[in-house]
Amino acid sequence: MYIIIVGGGKIGYYLSKKLIAEGHEIALMEKDRRRYAMLSEELGDVVVQGDGCEVRLMAEAGFGRADVVVAVTGDDEDNLVICQMAKKKFTTPRTVARVNNPANQQLFQQLGIDTTVSSTQIIFNLLEQQIETGEVIPLGALKNGNIEVVAITVSERSPVLGRTIRELPLDKNALIISIVRNDNALLPQGDTRFENDDTVIVMVHADDEQQLRDVFGEAHD
Amino acid sequence: MLFAERFLGVGGLLTMSLSTASPLNVVILGCGRVGSTLAKQLSQEGHHVTVIDITSDAFRRLGTKFKGQRVVGTGLDRDTLEKAGLSKADVFIAVTQGDNTNIMAAQVAKKVFSIPRVHARIYDPIRSQAYREMGIITLCTTTIAAGVLHAAVLQTEESGAWQERLEAWDVEYPAQLG
Repeated sequence: MYIIIVGGGKIGYYLSKKLIAEGHEIALMEKDRRRYAMLSEELGDVVVQGDGCEVRLMAEAGFGRADVVVAVTGDDEDNLVICQMAKKKFTTPRTVARVNNPANQQLFQQLGIDTTVSSTQIIFNLLEQQIETGEVIPLGALKNGNIEVVAITVSERSPVLGRTIRELPLDKNALIISIVRNDNALLPQGDTRFENDDTVIVMVHADDEQQLRDVFGEAHD
Repeated sequence: MLFAERFLGVGGLLTMSLSTASPLNVVILGCGRVGSTLAKQLSQEGHHVTVIDITSDAFRRLGTKFKGQRVVGTGLDRDTLEKAGLSKADVFIAVTQGDNTNIMAAQVAKKVFSIPRVHARIYDPIRSQAYREMGIITLCTTTIAAGVLHAAVLQTEESGAWQERLEAWDVEYPAQLG
C-alpha cells in the first residue's frame, strides 16, 4: 500500500518506521524545516518537507495515488483539513485522523473522515476500566455524614458477579436499597444475582465503607 | 460582473446581507483587525455581537464603546461556543489568523450548532474554493485584494467603485491614537 502520513511528531515518526518495516511504501510530510532535517537524516527520501494542507505540495507528495492518508499533527483543525482536502481534491479512498480533543471524534466522522483515533479517549477508557471496579461513588449523606448512600458499579472483573445478595459477606450496617439494571430500579431480594453493569445502591455506615469496597472490588495487594 | 459577485461567492457582500434586516445575533471568532472592525460596525448598527478570541488582550481593539459580549476561548471548543451563545446565533463568522481554524470552526457551527449562515475568511484560494463547494461561505481575501489591486492598476470602472466602498469603511481613530 502507498500510505501518506502528515505530521512528523512522535506518532508520525514511529508509525512511519513500523510501516516501512512491514514493507509499505510511505511518504512522511513535515512542515517544520528543522524537524524535517532530523527526520530525513534517519528515514531518508520518504520524508517530504511541506504543509500537508497545501494542494500543490499534496500533489507533489503523490496524494493522487495514495491508498491511505493519515493525519497525525498535534492540531485537530489541521488533521481535519488534511483529510477533507485529500478526499475532495484527490479522492483518497481512506483517511485516518488523529483527534486530540475526544469531543471532535464524532464531528470528524460526520464530516467524512473514515477513521479517527484519539489517544486521550483511549487512555481515558483504560483508566476508567481500572477505576470502575468496586469504586464507591457517594450519592448523599444522612445523620451528619455518619450514614451514606453510595453507588457501586459491577464490572466483568467484580468478585460479586453471578453471586446472590444472600451470599455476600456483608455486615448488618450495609443495606442494599436497589440494583439499577438497564435503567430499571430492581427491588433486591436475597436471591437476586449481580450482573455485569449493575449499579448497586447501598446505604452504609461511614465506618463500614471500606468493607463495601473489599466485597465489591477487585482483590488488591 | 461586479467584484462583489466575482469574489465573494454565493453569500454576497457581508455588509449588504447583514444591514438590511432586524437585529441579528452575530458571533465573530477572532478579534484581530478584521474581526474587531466588523464587530464594532455591526454593534453600532444595533446588532447583538459576541466576539471570541484566545487572548483577552485582543479585545482592546474593540475600544470602550463596544456594547457586545467578549468571550475568551478557542473557537474549536464546544463549551466556548456554547458560552458565546452560538446556539442562538443567526450568523457565525470565523476570521482568525488560521485558515484551518476558521474552516473547522465554521463546520462546527454548521453541523453541531446548525447555524443557518456561516462565513469563513480563508487566505488560501484553493482551500477557499474547496470549502465553498462544501457549503461554507468562504471569503478569500487573497483573491479579493489581488482583484482590487488589479482593477486599480488598470484603472477600470470597478476600481472607482471599490475606492468609494473602502472609504466608507475607513475607521475613525480616537484622538489619543493619532
